[in-house]
Amino acid sequence: MHLRNTDVTHFAWRALHGYPTRTILMLIAMAIGVAAVVVLTSLGEGARRYVVGEFASLGTNLIIVFPGRSETAGITPSTMMGETPRDLTLHDALALTRSYNVRRIAPINVGSATVSWRGRSREVVIIGSSHELLAIRHWELAQGHFLPKTDLDRATPVAVIGKKIRSELFGAHRAMGEWLRIGDRRFRVIGIMASEGRSIGVDVEDTIMIPVASAQQLFNTASLFRILVEAKTRSAIEPVKQFIIDTLQARHQGKKDVTVITQDAVLATFDRILGALTYAVGGIAAISLAVAGILIMNVMLVAVSQRTAEIGLLKALGASPRQIIVLILAEALLLSAFGASIGLVLGEAGSLIIRHAFPILPAYAPIWAVVTAFLIALLTGLLFSLLPARHAARLDPVLALSKR
Amino acid sequence: MIELKHIHRDFQVGDQTVHALNDVTLSISRGDYVSIMGPSGSGKSTLLNVIGLLDRATAGQYLLNGKDVTGLSETEQAQTRNREIGFVFQAFHLVPRLTAAENVELPLMLAGIPAEERRPRVARVLQELHLTNRSHHKPDQLSGGQRQRVAIARATVMEPNVLLADEPTGNLDQKSGREVLDTLEALNQRGITLLVVTHDAALGQRAKRQIKMVDGRIVSNSTSSPSHAPA
Repeated sequence: MHLRNTDVTHFAWRALHGYPTRTILMLIAMAIGVAAVVVLTSLGEGARRYVVGEFASLGTNLIIVFPGRSETAGITPSTMMGETPRDLTLHDALALTRSYNVRRIAPINVGSATVSWRGRSREVVIIGSSHELLAIRHWELAQGHFLPKTDLDRATPVAVIGKKIRSELFGAHRAMGEWLRIGDRRFRVIGIMASEGRSIGVDVEDTIMIPVASAQQLFNTASLFRILVEAKTRSAIEPVKQFIIDTLQARHQGKKDVTVITQDAVLATFDRILGALTYAVGGIAAISLAVAGILIMNVMLVAVSQRTAEIGLLKALGASPRQIIVLILAEALLLSAFGASIGLVLGEAGSLIIRHAFPILPAYAPIWAVVTAFLIALLTGLLFSLLPARHAARLDPVLALSKR
Repeated sequence: MIELKHIHRDFQVGDQTVHALNDVTLSISRGDYVSIMGPSGSGKSTLLNVIGLLDRATAGQYLLNGKDVTGLSETEQAQTRNREIGFVFQAFHLVPRLTAAENVELPLMLAGIPAEERRPRVARVLQELHLTNRSHHKPDQLSGGQRQRVAIARATVMEPNVLLADEPTGNLDQKSGREVLDTLEALNQRGITLLVVTHDAALGQRAKRQIKMVDGRIVSNSTSSPSHAPA
């Protein structure tokens, strides 16, 4: 005697229809659990993708040289604070161009100064760099030219301004060719940056770029904030890194007093951290699925005791214990599958809303999370119904029938 | 076809043992119409449950169609119930969310009979019991008498040899009760073995054979010419 699958499904379906409150309650529990997994993992994944994307926008095959190095290799708070045992100089930067594997370099100096034009003034971040910076960072100009291709130590009084600076200082007035005052020096506007949004550390729209030598004069320093080096190919990154370390060590009287990090290494670290974060939030959400499972167990137990007489009747009509278990489990499985499907739809809708509300966050739930959430939902539904089902199968038909 | 030999059924109530059936020996042949009467607690329902394989005897031997069914596994018992035995209960026990036809279909479904074979069988049984125009009604849309007739249709759809009715008219008014009993007796006329448990002496008198029970024992077992000739 074997129940037919269509009959089992149909019977379970009718049972779910027969008790709408219970069914809706369990559907909600399941749906919330699955939706939570989908939304939370999509958030985690979105954060990961955002950071990865930001780092990619930094440039390709990029190597960053910081002044200063503590004994421990890698990035430490002291490297970030910029404790400087020995300054990086323009000559250091120039020395780094002498490798076949280096495509281009850009020395960078950063400071803040008051910028004014015809009585309007504004505190602005000033980046001192070179012609190559544009290519290294993949930025684009809206108007005019970028910094001139001259010797690094020539302090030309020219400036490339961000879009926001343009509108704040010049308003409707034409900015190109105007002279503006940065600190106590005058610079001519030769270019305006295209809108690039934010890219790690630099808000291009709210920045003014001037030649690095001019910046050194402006801030009265001979040192550099960092040097960006672009390797010719991906495989050249490691040799270039070694070349930089060796060159600067030789130039700094044998002291390894710079920190060289590759974009890849940073990227990989963030990737790992955020990947782990996604797993973690996914795991937390999975707990809510388990809670949904326990709810299902309780409700199924109630369902079995509510329907004791019915189970007794099925037994009297010739249902074997196995058939009873199959019928109850089918009901739970159907519930879980429906609840999980609703949860998936809700979760995907939630991620869609997040993507609309925060367009910079690519909140797409990873496939593994969606599949796992669905499977866990089915599994918890099944596992937690095993107990009620066995309970039902063991009911004494005489007692069950006498209960109304 | 039903042979009980020295059947005992003991229940443990607290630290007391209640002998619901105390050394019952009984033989019922095919096509019999037997009423089992007695006061409540006399063991008449337990006897019916043991015969219907819903309950197991504590001791003794039970032969159904010459086959010893005392030691069958639960699954084998379930199969035997499905094929050989039909039950009619006082409380009807229809599944409230299923229509009359779907209720009747249940034993066929449990037997694994394909849907296209089930439908004509259900339709035929419902027609015999004059329920065709009620087949798509839910139990709560049916009168008590109709409900019990649906239950009878369900009990007979597998064409069992034995029909066991436990107070089948207990929840019905007199008129419906009489109709239901007429239906059962008509089935008996066509060859089914009918066992009716009742505490209503008037109903019990209608059976060809009457068994009276007191305290788990059969105290009288008489075959009398029925006082009321079935139609």
